[in-house]
Amino acid sequence: MSGGSGGGGGGGGPSLMDSLFQRTLDDLIKGIRLHTPGAAQSSFISKSLDEIRREIKSTDLQTKSTAVQKLTYLHSLHGVDMSWAAFHAVELTSSPYFLHKKTGYLAASLSFRPSTDVLLLLTNQLRKDLSSANQHEVSLALECLSVICTPDFARDLTPDIFTLLTSSKNFIRKKSIACLLMVFSQYPDAVRVCFKRLVENLESTDNAQTLAATVGVFCELASKEPRSYLPLAPEFYRILVDSRNNWVLIKVLKIFAKLAKLEPRLAKKVVEPICDLMKRSEAKSLIFECVRTIVTSFHDYEFAVKLAVSKIKEFLLDTDLNLKYLGLQGLLLVAPNHLWAVLENKEVVIKSLSDVDRNIRLEALRLVMSMVSDDNVTEISRVLIGYALKSDPEFSNEILRSMLTTCSRNVYEIIIDFDWYVSLLGEMARIPHCQNGEEIEYQLIDIGMRVKDVRPELVRVGRDLLIDPALLGNPSIHRILSASAWISGEYIRFSKNPFEIIEALLQPRTNLLSPSIKALYIHSLFKVLSFCLHSFLFPTNSSLSRVIDEPDFTYSESEGEGETKTFSNLFTKESTVNMLTLVVTSLTPLTETHDVEVHERVRNVLGLAKLAQEEISREVNQNDFKTSIIVRLINDALSEDLGPVSLTAQERVVIPDGLFLEENLGNLDTICANVNIPVSESFSLVKHVLTDVDYVSSQQNEESSEMSGVESTSTSLLSKHRKKHGLFYLPSDIPENDSRNFPPANDPNNQKDNDVEDLVRLTEESLVLKRKSNVPRPRPVVVKLDEGEKFTVTRAKTESNDDLISGAVRDVLLGNESSSYKGKSHDSHLKDGKSEIGDSSRRKSKKKHKNVEENGERSKKKSGGRHKGRQRADGGVNVAVQNPVIPDFLL
Amino acid sequence: MGIRFILMVNKQGQTRLAQYYEYLTLEERRALEGEIIRKCLARNEQQCSFVEHRNYKIVYRRYASLFFLVGVDNEENELAILEFIHLLVETMDRHFGNVCELDIMFHLEKAHFMLEEMVMNGCIVETSKTNILAPIQLMDKAS
Repeated sequence: MSGGSGGGGGGGGPSLMDSLFQRTLDDLIKGIRLHTPGAAQSSFISKSLDEIRREIKSTDLQTKSTAVQKLTYLHSLHGVDMSWAAFHAVELTSSPYFLHKKTGYLAASLSFRPSTDVLLLLTNQLRKDLSSANQHEVSLALECLSVICTPDFARDLTPDIFTLLTSSKNFIRKKSIACLLMVFSQYPDAVRVCFKRLVENLESTDNAQTLAATVGVFCELASKEPRSYLPLAPEFYRILVDSRNNWVLIKVLKIFAKLAKLEPRLAKKVVEPICDLMKRSEAKSLIFECVRTIVTSFHDYEFAVKLAVSKIKEFLLDTDLNLKYLGLQGLLLVAPNHLWAVLENKEVVIKSLSDVDRNIRLEALRLVMSMVSDDNVTEISRVLIGYALKSDPEFSNEILRSMLTTCSRNVYEIIIDFDWYVSLLGEMARIPHCQNGEEIEYQLIDIGMRVKDVRPELVRVGRDLLIDPALLGNPSIHRILSASAWISGEYIRFSKNPFEIIEALLQPRTNLLSPSIKALYIHSLFKVLSFCLHSFLFPTNSSLSRVIDEPDFTYSESEGEGETKTFSNLFTKESTVNMLTLVVTSLTPLTETHDVEVHERVRNVLGLAKLAQEEISREVNQNDFKTSIIVRLINDALSEDLGPVSLTAQERVVIPDGLFLEENLGNLDTICANVNIPVSESFSLVKHVLTDVDYVSSQQNEESSEMSGVESTSTSLLSKHRKKHGLFYLPSDIPENDSRNFPPANDPNNQKDNDVEDLVRLTEESLVLKRKSNVPRPRPVVVKLDEGEKFTVTRAKTESNDDLISGAVRDVLLGNESSSYKGKSHDSHLKDGKSEIGDSSRRKSKKKHKNVEENGERSKKKSGGRHKGRQRADGGVNVAVQNPVIPDFLL
Repeated sequence: MGIRFILMVNKQGQTRLAQYYEYLTLEERRALEGEIIRKCLARNEQQCSFVEHRNYKIVYRRYASLFFLVGVDNEENELAILEFIHLLVETMDRHFGNVCELDIMFHLEKAHFMLEEMVMNGCIVETSKTNILAPIQLMDKAS
């Protein structure tokens, strides 16, 4: 086949010498092998490529063929671009020699793409070869077409393939059938022409070769849109019962798995034969397919599922790892409907968690996760943490990741004991190689905001993490530490010993943190510090305010008393002064830092600390302290809890009358260029005390008003908008039990009396949270936002090729023409000019089958002349298709 | 589409045959092959023959120095694909007589030809060795 220079020098090529001494493909391969991979090899390849470029222009077909052959080799194995040689490949396909033709077609099918410019040149050659008397030429053309088919090819060549579908040679028929799949997907109208013959091939069970191809095509078609193929169920049923070919049976099972979901009566009929097959067959592949079909589509049939599970068990216990893997996969499919099957095989599953093969471990992990429910999440987590500790880092992280996702699903649906879960999160952070810092960080803060009852435990967990200097050495958990720092600052009132936390936040190894996290540490320090000063300066007040703040913390009431006592012991003058000294000495070096954020925060803390230090050491009467006033103000500001904000919050803002919102925000940049974004001024301790939220909202306020100011010229509208801005997050007229309601997180009780007050407060603060009002389980309240939390994306349904195909199939099978025009006219609108050829050919095909046309029940629908022609052509192919027989068959 | 691509790779990870049933650019192919080959060759005999990669499932089997890798959809039956690989190897054995890497290298066209007989559009269309080899034998006789 790589015939070298045998073809005789045609003369007119680049040179006679090139043709005579042309390297053959074998020479090229040997050459490549001689050169070591790397520079030497690639220079050899580029040298050969130069030769090929010369040779390929030769008029001698043999020389050209060898050149294309070599190029194809380089293209497919060494990734050399050969799009430039597309024309030469096309040229070769028209050679009278079969071998050249073959080389040309192979090059085309390996390298052509829909955008290849010479593609259309191939149309005529393909048509010629499709109608060739030599079956091998036909086969070459079909194979090539099945790879490079475009809508144009499909449209132009459908008539030729239609003819081949009845070829007397099986060799050709099976290939033309297999080719149809590609043709249909490129040109759905071909279905109307060819579908009937495809169905005929399904009926001729005597021919094993074509049957395999036909079932393959139907399996692919049905996997996209099964409903259209329901009328063919009797045919598939016959194959299921009669066929002895495992390949075919597997495909038929796949078809039934799809069909049975649509037609319950079908399931009843088919489930028996499938079980027979499962019992009878020796082939594992077939058995597994039966199992898969049963557990996915026939899970209502208890006896079938039992049989399938017993087969799965055999797989699981087999020494063949492949079977074990598939057994686990099978279990995973059973799990949603029959959890008992998983529990029955629990041991194998758990043992597989330590299998040598990572893939098997992953499957086992998925299974374990499928078993998790609110009853067993504690035990399973304990087991999994154990495995995470002894597995390799990659798998260990995989375990943690799936635990985190499973536990946080649906706003921590399965978690009842949050104290336990929070400490689990802390434990995860300590697992070596933990890479899930980001997720754990998110969940810690998220739980803190959503679940009020868990905050004391959260603070404890955070403290344990903060205080451990070893953890600071692991950069991958810095994010968790940052969450812990934030929690400690935000919920410091639950801490047993705030001084301890101050020390932890100031420990020397914190210089290993990145500046942004460092800044968060210092800001948390600020919160803790102001809390401590507050507790020191207002010993009674602090406990009082806490009781007022948190009346629903009844369980901690008595404890709270105790705490207050300890606190009053704790916050002595000496300890406070020591604390202040520690803060000042540790932070002073940081004033030199280059990071703006850290610098700023350090200044804030130092400002407060130095002021307090001075006044406390001067021993003035406490009531005259400037610090007292400041600390009280700061503390009031900080005691406000942060909460999650609904994603739909923005949507709640009512657009004022006459305000014109532009659809296209393309010119936003130019608008924003004129807006002076307020630069955060340095924190002034006395006058300008804001919580983060207030600050943000005031910024939003400014921005939005500025925006609307630009948008609308009317100043009265602007003031109206400002007035409405109070309702930014929440309309005030929603009743309490409405699910869209957002009581605040720190709302003591959902008492009706407080409603009005609450709502007033709500409108003042832009802080909104929703809380599930009556939880049946003894589970702490988890604050959830409304549906806005999930984005329900409504997908715009476009009419894809699949829809067109199934539409056409349905029309052909059911003889239903009235609906068929939607797809057709749509298509003809698109390529009105081009479809002429297709039309005429279809008319031709119609003539050929006029004999069967008479029993066609064509719709009498009037339509334009042009459409009429089409309609009749369709009628021609529609007829003689059996009526939809499902009902008879099923009952 | 059942089968998305078929790769034959030697022990060093060099591709010896690549057949795709969906269109990928050269760069995409190279990246995909690199990732898959690295993944599969790193596995040992005690591990199962299935690997998940992106949205593909790779079913692979090693015969002497050659790896046969088949990329399929998630729907496809893995065991059937393993049987298919075995059938492919047996067919090549019958033609080349104990097929080895060099046979495929030097007869790439033939190897593609055999595949074309067996698989079209990603569907297995022919499973009889005699039928698969008939056209090739005819061709050999003619030349």
